[in-house]
Amino acid sequence: MNAFVIAALVVLAIVVLWFIIAYNSFVRLKNQVKNSWAQIDVQLKRRTDLIPNLIETVKGYVKHEKGTLENVTKARTAIMQAGSNPALAAEANNLLSGALKSLFAVSEAYPQLKANENFKQLQEELSGTESKIAASRQYYNDMVMEYNTKRESFPSSVIAGMFNFEERSMFEIAESEKAVPKVQF
Amino acid sequence: MVFNIHDEVRSNKRKSGLIMILFFGFVISLGIITALIVSYFNHVPTIPAMIGGAVLAGVVAFLYLIFFYAMGPSMILSATGAKPVSREHYPYLFHATETLAIAGGMSTVPQCYVIEDKALNAYATGFSEKDSYVVVTTGLLEKLNRQEIEGVLAHEMSHIKNQDIKVMLYGAALLGATVLLAEIIFRIGLSSMHSNGGSSNDNKGAGLGIVLVVVGIVLMIFAPIIAQLMQLAISRKREYLADASGALLTRYPEGLASALEKISNDTRILKNVSKAAAPLFISSPFDADKHTETFFEKIFSTHPPIDERIARLRGKKV
Repeated sequence: MNAFVIAALVVLAIVVLWFIIAYNSFVRLKNQVKNSWAQIDVQLKRRTDLIPNLIETVKGYVKHEKGTLENVTKARTAIMQAGSNPALAAEANNLLSGALKSLFAVSEAYPQLKANENFKQLQEELSGTESKIAASRQYYNDMVMEYNTKRESFPSSVIAGMFNFEERSMFEIAESEKAVPKVQF
Repeated sequence: MVFNIHDEVRSNKRKSGLIMILFFGFVISLGIITALIVSYFNHVPTIPAMIGGAVLAGVVAFLYLIFFYAMGPSMILSATGAKPVSREHYPYLFHATETLAIAGGMSTVPQCYVIEDKALNAYATGFSEKDSYVVVTTGLLEKLNRQEIEGVLAHEMSHIKNQDIKVMLYGAALLGATVLLAEIIFRIGLSSMHSNGGSSNDNKGAGLGIVLVVVGIVLMIFAPIIAQLMQLAISRKREYLADASGALLTRYPEGLASALEKISNDTRILKNVSKAAAPLFISSPFDADKHTETFFEKIFSTHPPIDERIARLRGKKV
């Protein structure tokens, strides 16, 4: 065997090794994205579970705000229908955040409701869940960005193309949430 | 990102390994030295005595480490007066910890403990992410707002994620063993100095006793130096790093910055804290005046001046 053959074999071995490592890191990233999506899902579900309880509590005190309560219920149904589609879930989630925000704003006008222990607890729970959704969204988006960057950059893009690693979409935040909330009196 | 958390974790793994080797080397050589001294005074053959001493010391060190591995975190928790609390009493503490664990992609949420104390302080401990604890004082929970508490918790969670907590615990094990051994050798020395009066070989006994007492004293001098080394291993760079990666978790550096400001302006100091646990805390639990420090303090202190940390978090060059 001459030196040329040996060199060719070494190069081949290196390429094969790179291939395996790159493929495995894709699998790892893909699973990380999947897992971090599951985290969002858990929190979204937790929030939708809290809503009926909230509606029950609020209903007794708030007589003239039917529309606000209906919006919350509608948004909740939208989330449950969105399933594991990030774009749809994000949209429904933003809807629910908005509806809850106006519900809590409205509740300011009802001192008896605000003094209700159950309501206070639910409010704490819901705001905790809201920030957990934000945190899991942040983590999910970080993972998606890492995955998509690897997918698009050369030479790992070759592997992504060969094994059909599809692009994942981020969990977007609504434009209205980014803006400073307006306070109306 | 300026720093890489994987590099940090790797460096901390190396450091933990190094401390372990140091620990075994230290205890075994101590065993050999003691065996040598004893064999010299008692006319026992030297080589078997040395081997015996080394094996015995190695076994003791191993058992000690197993014990520490099982008990370490709970020892530190109880030494600082930290108690587990319920979700009903501290809902925000649990929410914030869980939120940060999600944001950091941690596999397990650290357990929440509280110290009943008016001082503002916090620390994290444990051997790994799976078995980790965040501890805050009740004073901190009362005096800080939510963003600030979240900032402090994020700092502590970063210590967990970077595996700083592991290095700290191994360091504490080494320190604890040194102090214990010094005590034991010193006492054996003293008793053999006193108990041999009247017998035929009282000179020998007294001689052995004196040498052991000297070894004990040398060890007692050694202990603070080892403590210092361990503190330097954790040191200031690590605090800046935990500040930075904590800010990355909350995406709101101002929270931690203003928390540190409040902590530094609060002059109350934590009661009942042993020196060994001091480097764990977010701000030094001993000095009430956290702004000024002398040259000597600057070199040997575990925490960088708090003003410098605040300036860095606010993106000001210092």
